[in-house]
Amino acid sequence: MATKGKPPKPEELSKISYTPPQRNWMDIPVEFKPGMYCHATRPKYLEAVGMPFPRDWSPADADWKLPDNWKEIILQGIKERLMKYRTFHVFMDICVRCGACADKCHFFLGGGDPKNMPVLRAELLRSVYRKYFTTSGKIFGKAAGARELTEDVLKEIWYYYFQCTECRRCSLFCPYGIDQAEITIIGRELLNLLGLNLDWIMGPVANSYRTGNHLGLEPHTIKANIDFMLDDIETITGIRVETTFNRKGAEILFIGPSGDLFGVPGNYVTMGELMLFHEIGLDYTWSTMACEGGNFGFFTSMEVAKKLYYKIYSEAKRLGVKWILGGECGHQWRLMNQYADTWWGPPDFLEEPVSPITGTKFENAKGSKIVHITEFTADLIKHGKLKLDKSRNDHLKVTFHDSCNTSRAMGIFEEPRYIIKNVCNHFYEMPESTIREKTFCCGSGSGLNAGENIELRMRGGFPRANAVKYVREKFGVNMLANICAIDRAALPTLMDYWNPGVDVCGVHELLGNALVMTGEIERTLDLRGEPLPGKGGAE
Amino acid sequence: MNLRNFLTEKKTLILSKWFNLILDTYPPETAKFFRNQDDPFRNPVGSTIFVGIEKIFDEIIKEKTDVAKLSIFLEEIIKIRAVQDFSASQAIAFIFSFKDILKDEINQADLLQKPATKEFLMDLHDFQSKIDLAALISFDIYMKCREKLYELKANEAKKMTYRLLQQAKLIVESPERDIN
Amino acid sequence: MGILFSFAVVIAIVLIVFAGVRGAGLNYLFAIIIPYLALLTFIIGVTYRVFNWGRSAVPFRVPTTGGQQFTLPWIKSNKLDNPHTSYGVIGRMILEVLLFRSLFRNTKAELHDGPRLVYGSEKLLWLAAIAFHYSFLVILLRHLRFFTVPVPTPIQFLEFVDSFFQVGAPLVYITNFVIVIALLFLLYRRLGMPQIKYISLPSDYFPLFLILAIVLSGIYMRYFDKVDIVGVKQITMGLVSFRPTIPDGIGIIFYIHLTLVCTLFAYFPFSKLVHMAGVFLSPTRNLANNNRMQRHVNPWDYPIKVRSYDDYENEFREKMKKAGIPVEKE
Ligand code: HEM
Ligand code: SF4
Ligand code: SF4
Repeated sequence: MATKGKPPKPEELSKISYTPPQRNWMDIPVEFKPGMYCHATRPKYLEAVGMPFPRDWSPADADWKLPDNWKEIILQGIKERLMKYRTFHVFMDICVRCGACADKCHFFLGGGDPKNMPVLRAELLRSVYRKYFTTSGKIFGKAAGARELTEDVLKEIWYYYFQCTECRRCSLFCPYGIDQAEITIIGRELLNLLGLNLDWIMGPVANSYRTGNHLGLEPHTIKANIDFMLDDIETITGIRVETTFNRKGAEILFIGPSGDLFGVPGNYVTMGELMLFHEIGLDYTWSTMACEGGNFGFFTSMEVAKKLYYKIYSEAKRLGVKWILGGECGHQWRLMNQYADTWWGPPDFLEEPVSPITGTKFENAKGSKIVHITEFTADLIKHGKLKLDKSRNDHLKVTFHDSCNTSRAMGIFEEPRYIIKNVCNHFYEMPESTIREKTFCCGSGSGLNAGENIELRMRGGFPRANAVKYVREKFGVNMLANICAIDRAALPTLMDYWNPGVDVCGVHELLGNALVMTGEIERTLDLRGEPLPGKGGAE
Repeated sequence: MNLRNFLTEKKTLILSKWFNLILDTYPPETAKFFRNQDDPFRNPVGSTIFVGIEKIFDEIIKEKTDVAKLSIFLEEIIKIRAVQDFSASQAIAFIFSFKDILKDEINQADLLQKPATKEFLMDLHDFQSKIDLAALISFDIYMKCREKLYELKANEAKKMTYRLLQQAKLIVESPERDIN
Repeated sequence: MGILFSFAVVIAIVLIVFAGVRGAGLNYLFAIIIPYLALLTFIIGVTYRVFNWGRSAVPFRVPTTGGQQFTLPWIKSNKLDNPHTSYGVIGRMILEVLLFRSLFRNTKAELHDGPRLVYGSEKLLWLAAIAFHYSFLVILLRHLRFFTVPVPTPIQFLEFVDSFFQVGAPLVYITNFVIVIALLFLLYRRLGMPQIKYISLPSDYFPLFLILAIVLSGIYMRYFDKVDIVGVKQITMGLVSFRPTIPDGIGIIFYIHLTLVCTLFAYFPFSKLVHMAGVFLSPTRNLANNNRMQRHVNPWDYPIKVRSYDDYENEFREKMKKAGIPVEKE
């Protein structure tokens, strides 16, 4: 589209009208646009986890250095997966192309590329399925919506399957529940058979395999880092909070996303959690190996995802804890809710989770023995176990972003809201069609929160940002709370671009601010070390 | 005939023409969807553009155009187009469509055929320079948006490892991912 | 191109019947053999499709959750949109199948700034889909009167309700009109809306043209070129009792109608129309969100290589010890 090079005259410019003749989408070849795709994975990452075809290649190159039998590999891969996943098999067959899902994808809404309509994203692969696996496709070819698998088709699938954040919003509106996220997951699994992954995904995968966390940090660094937070907490509250690592015999193993250990604003969430656990005297421990609930393997293939989740139950078993408490993270909770037990359960060496403080049985987690921290904290608040000073968050006007994974692969809506309402005086919801199960993605999920595809992320996040803008203008909202580490990494950037002045935080940061701890000094700083307005601090 | 009155009278028509010309820069399948104005949250791009051009229009036909405000309104639209596969010129070309529509409308109403008053011609000139000004501002805004994107890229990586950078001496092997 | 092609196929079928019956006198083929074959294809085909889907494993329990999960006792969970029991799932499926609930989700009216009430455009899609499917169902059931003696009371009742407004003789059925309007709207969506046109395939136009042709030929037969109903019933009863006969003097329009229906039946299992059966097998809808209570077993789970804690500690032992982190082996 771009006519960079020779500048057109203004009169011409205003007449630019991108209205190509209505063409069949199959006849429009894929065009790799800068800012829309990520770097290819470096071979060493694939080697680290024993994945096939490690090599140097680049998406922009004409030659992807595919193995000679790449087509066979993909077709064989499809065949196998049709038997392995009923989702895939049924979804390949029953779409009626009613278009109900078409305008539900944030990438389509924000960017306008018609191939970002979920139904079309599916058709990219479905057309290949028809060609090789259905009678009508074999006989009638294009008339039946079938097409040959060529390198260009493969590239097109790659391009658009790494423009899907696996958010499941389309699935919610489809009359048959056709879930493009599921198709994308399987499509990416196929691409991984040829070593066609992203650097931004494979790096964390390789690191997680070796050290347990995305950044590849070694155990002593993790400890030092948390110690560092304990110092900050001491400065803010005057209390020296203690915590333990790899301690056998603790009652609870706490596993959050490692992003909350090293990044801002994520680490304020961890600080809030450390303070909370200290205040209620929780008998818990960290594991330096299972220090990451996030799992970029899920954006690679089911096998790699499972591989990386081995540490969860195995560490719980080794340390002899009774149950697991999971931190604020989106895809971690898709996995803990829908996959963990199937992969590595049954965890019969654990006990049915009971809150040691309130005695509440977490009925809904009696099998997998993993409790979400907002379930845990909401229960504490409900039982009046926490002393909270809401006014410490009075300078904040908060809204809440539901993460895709916790919304459409779990359904945890009330717990975080209950906490927020108990720790903040000013809470405002975004419009109904953009929250809860209908929530809009941050635009950066499923391993797409890289730097090189920033334009993709900004446009994909626009529907979300637009809803935030609305509450900002209407209520003066200045804080976007969430329960996801990727949100905390991606939303600040998104807000900076679309709504400068709106900050991002986790729910337990807000809690940490409001939590009145026994023996604390008068708080003049918030968890970010900034003066609390109206609390003896500046302003 | 006073030009300002004329434009105010024709506002709805001009805006709808302008809106359509902007949407024509998108693929037709998409344009149709963006045109649908039912719900600002189901169609954020379309409604932002729709609302935005009206504000720009109102600001430009004001006797005393507030440039700061004009910039804000322009920015709302350009921010979107800056991340949507458009080149710089394409991203801001929509300002010139306004000029074209203006010209067409004046032609159609034969306003220049009738002995045009000096006042009218001055006004016309005034409007055209305002639109040119808007175009110039738009270019700046576009550049600002692109720079912002680069800046965000760099900052984000830093934020993700902020704590580590703070205590860099503890890192034995620096993390594999580029900090830039 | 896909549009013309699909349309042409439907016309071709009509012409073939015309030529076959009028020209070649192949009444037996069109009234007896093709119906049997079509029905057989339908039954075997659909069974095969369902069986084939059923053979595919469900390795993970992945419902799409559309409401508050089952959680602490004082938080109300959404039992239908986020079911945690089989009853909830059944409820969800019933609403999905009978009311197209997910499609309806689109259409929720919303209040934006001020009193303007806004409806999504898919409200019409939902309405048309419901109108089309229910009319189709009623029409199908009404046709049972040709295949039963005596006609069962429920069918008679259905006819009575459907012709409630008692206009004209023969009675005008409401569903006949509804289905035509619904079909025309669905066609309009595909032809007139660029977004939907873009995603449509010939195989999306074809069923619409085909069903429209069936409906129109039916209406023509009923109200205009009145066919000999007694004769028709002889044929249909002959078909169900496996003693096929063909009385004389049955209009060509009946053969056309019948063959079009047969085409639909035979085409059904090879096309997207199998969504009728597939919707019941959709794992994002027919599973409960109860993984944390009940374990779901992956039937093809296989052992994989993992990194054990021992390997981890072996690599980092010294550093862990120095940092005061407990280790297994000193
Ligand atoms: C359990 C039974 C069924 C359910 C839940 C169901 C549901 C749906 C839904 C939700 C749609 C999408 C809306 C639309 O595009 O109109 C649809 C489309 C369609 N259905 Fe069904 N359906 C069922 C049975 C059938 C049957 C028996 C037929 C027989 C001919 C049929 C024919 C069609 C056709 C032709 C379309 C496409 C309409 C279009 O192209 O716009 N369906 N169905
Ligand atoms: S909503 Fe479902 S059936 Fe309709 S086009 Fe989308 S995926 Fe296909
Ligand atoms: S899962 Fe989300 S990102 Fe992917 S196609 Fe569906 S709506 Fe778009």
